Amino acid sequence: MKNCEYQQIDPRALSVSPLSVQNHAEKKVQRRRRKWEVFPGKNRFFCDGRLILARQNGVLPLTLGLILVTSGLFFAFDCPFLVTHLTVFIPVIGGVLFVFVVTSLLRTSFTDPGILPRATADEAADIERQIDSSGSSTYRPPPRTKEILINQQVVKLKYCFTCKMFRPPRTSHCSLCDNCVERFDHHCPWVGNCVGKRNYRYFYSFIISLSFLTSFIFGCVITHITLRSQTGFHTYLVASNLTTNEDIKGSWSSKRGAEESGNPYSYNNIITNCCATLCGPMPPSLIDRRGFHLPDEVIPVASALEMELPPFTPKSNANMCTRSTKDVLERMLHSSDFHGLCPSGIQKTTPLVQEVPRAPATAEPSLSSGCSRQLAHQAVVDPCPPFSKSNRRDSLHSINPAFRLASPSPTLSRSMPVLGDGCAIGFMPQH
Amino acid sequence: MAETHSLQDMRQQAAVAAKVFIQRDYTNGTMCQFQTKFPSELETKIDKQQFEETIRTLNNLYAEAEKLGSQSFIEGCLACLTAYAVFLCMETHYEKVLKRIAKYIQEQNDKIYAPRGLLLTDPIERGLRVIEITIYEDRSFTR
Repeated sequence: MKNCEYQQIDPRALSVSPLSVQNHAEKKVQRRRRKWEVFPGKNRFFCDGRLILARQNGVLPLTLGLILVTSGLFFAFDCPFLVTHLTVFIPVIGGVLFVFVVTSLLRTSFTDPGILPRATADEAADIERQIDSSGSSTYRPPPRTKEILINQQVVKLKYCFTCKMFRPPRTSHCSLCDNCVERFDHHCPWVGNCVGKRNYRYFYSFIISLSFLTSFIFGCVITHITLRSQTGFHTYLVASNLTTNEDIKGSWSSKRGAEESGNPYSYNNIITNCCATLCGPMPPSLIDRRGFHLPDEVIPVASALEMELPPFTPKSNANMCTRSTKDVLERMLHSSDFHGLCPSGIQKTTPLVQEVPRAPATAEPSLSSGCSRQLAHQAVVDPCPPFSKSNRRDSLHSINPAFRLASPSPTLSRSMPVLGDGCAIGFMPQH
Repeated sequence: MAETHSLQDMRQQAAVAAKVFIQRDYTNGTMCQFQTKFPSELETKIDKQQFEETIRTLNNLYAEAEKLGSQSFIEGCLACLTAYAVFLCMETHYEKVLKRIAKYIQEQNDKIYAPRGLLLTDPIERGLRVIEITIYEDRSFTR
C-alpha cells in the first residue's frame, strides 16, 4: 500500500480484502504481526507498539538533555543553600515541576497525535467510483476537493493522495511523518513528533510547566546570588537597622529568637527600618567646609586673656620706667590707633581701633571732651561682638607696642602731666 | 465468542459481493457522526428504518463519547493534576463508550445483519472514517 504514484484500483479485481487474508494466513502459519510492524507512515515504535515517535527525532534528545542538566545543577547547587537559608519547600516545588515537565514532554513525544489510518483498498476504490464519473483513468486526475457545509459554512475537503481519502476538516498531512493527522497543529522538532488532536493537551501542559520551571529556577538562582552577595548582606542590614560593625561584633545578637530584640535602634518593623535608613531626613554637614577661616578668632576664651593681662600690666610698668618718655611719645604719635586715653577705664580704648582709620578727625574732638563723652561714643559705636573686647584689647597690644603702656591707667595718668607740655599734636592732654 | 467464530467462518466461506461505505457527516463540525442516507445497494437487503435506526444509535453513542460533560471535565482535570498517571489505572470515558459501541454493533450484527447476509464493521477499525457494510453473496448459507 506504500505506493507513491497514483494508481486506480479496480474493485472487481478484489474478491476479499487483501489485508484480512494476509492476517488470517499468517495467523495460521506464524505469530501474528502487529499492525505497527506494517505501519506505512514514517514512524518509529517502541515497547511493542505502545510508544510512537516520528522517524526524524528532531532535537528531542537535546530538549531532554537541557532539562535534565539544568534541573540537575539546580538541585545539586542551589537547593542545599536555599534549604538551609529559606525553606525546605524549594526542592519540593522544584521536584514537582520537574516531574510535570518530563512527563508532559514524554507524553507529547510518544503519544499518537491523532494519525488517521490510511484508507483500505476497498474504501479507496469506493471513493474513486463515487467521484470519478467521467471514466477516463489514463491520467492523473486533478486534485480533488469536496465541498461540505459545516454549521452553515462552506468548507472544502481535500483529497489526500497518499492516504487515499478525503481528509476530514482540520486534518492535514504531515510530510515529515507521512501521515494525515487530525486537528493538525504543527510538527514540533523539539518534541520529535507531530502535535495534533490527541497530544495537544500534553504539549500545552509541557510548555506551561516548562515556563514555570524555568522561572522558578531563575528566581532561585537570583535569590541564591543575592543572599551570597554584598547586596543581600546590606539589604539584611538595612532591614534590621544594623551597621556592618555591629553585625561583625555581634553587639545586639546576644538575644536570639526575635530578630530585632537586641537592637535598641530597630523599629521592629522591616519596612520602618528600611524607610528610616534609606528615606529618612538627610542631616546637614557639620564641618562648614566653605566657611571663611579667621585665624585668631578661632582661639576662644576671655579668661585666657584676662589671665594674660594682669601679669602684663606690671611688666609694662617696669618697662615704662626704664624707657625714655620721648620714645613712648613718638610711638604714640605714630600709632594710628592711639586715641584718647581715659584714666578711668581700659576699655575705652577698644572702639578706637575701629574709629581711628575711618574718621580720625572726629576722634580727636571726642577725646578733648572727656572720658564721659568717649564712653558714650564708645557705647554708641561699639560694633564688636561680645567677647571681642578682650580680643581687641589683645590686638591693640599686639599692633601697637606703645599701647601696652596705655593699658594701665595709673601709669599713664602719671606720665600724662610729664608729657603734657612737650607735645600738643598727637597727644591730647586730659584735664 | 461462538458467534464471532461463525461470522468469521462465514466471511471465509462466503464471497463478498460488495462493500458499502457510510461516510462521515460533518455538518455539525468535526464530531464523529455518520451519514444516515440510505445507500442504494442495501435497498433489497434491509429495511430502511432498521438501517437508519442503527446509524442513529451509533451517532448518539459517539456523541456521548465526545460530549463535553462534567464527567469528562473532572476526568481531564484529575488527569492533568496527576501528570496523566491516572490513565495507567483507569480507562477514559471515551474508551468506555467505545466498548459499548463495539458491543452494540456485535449485537446488531447477530440479530439483524448477519441473517440478511450483511456485516457491519466497527468504525474504529477503519479509523472512524467510515462504517463498512460488507454484503455477502447469498450462496453458501441460509438463515
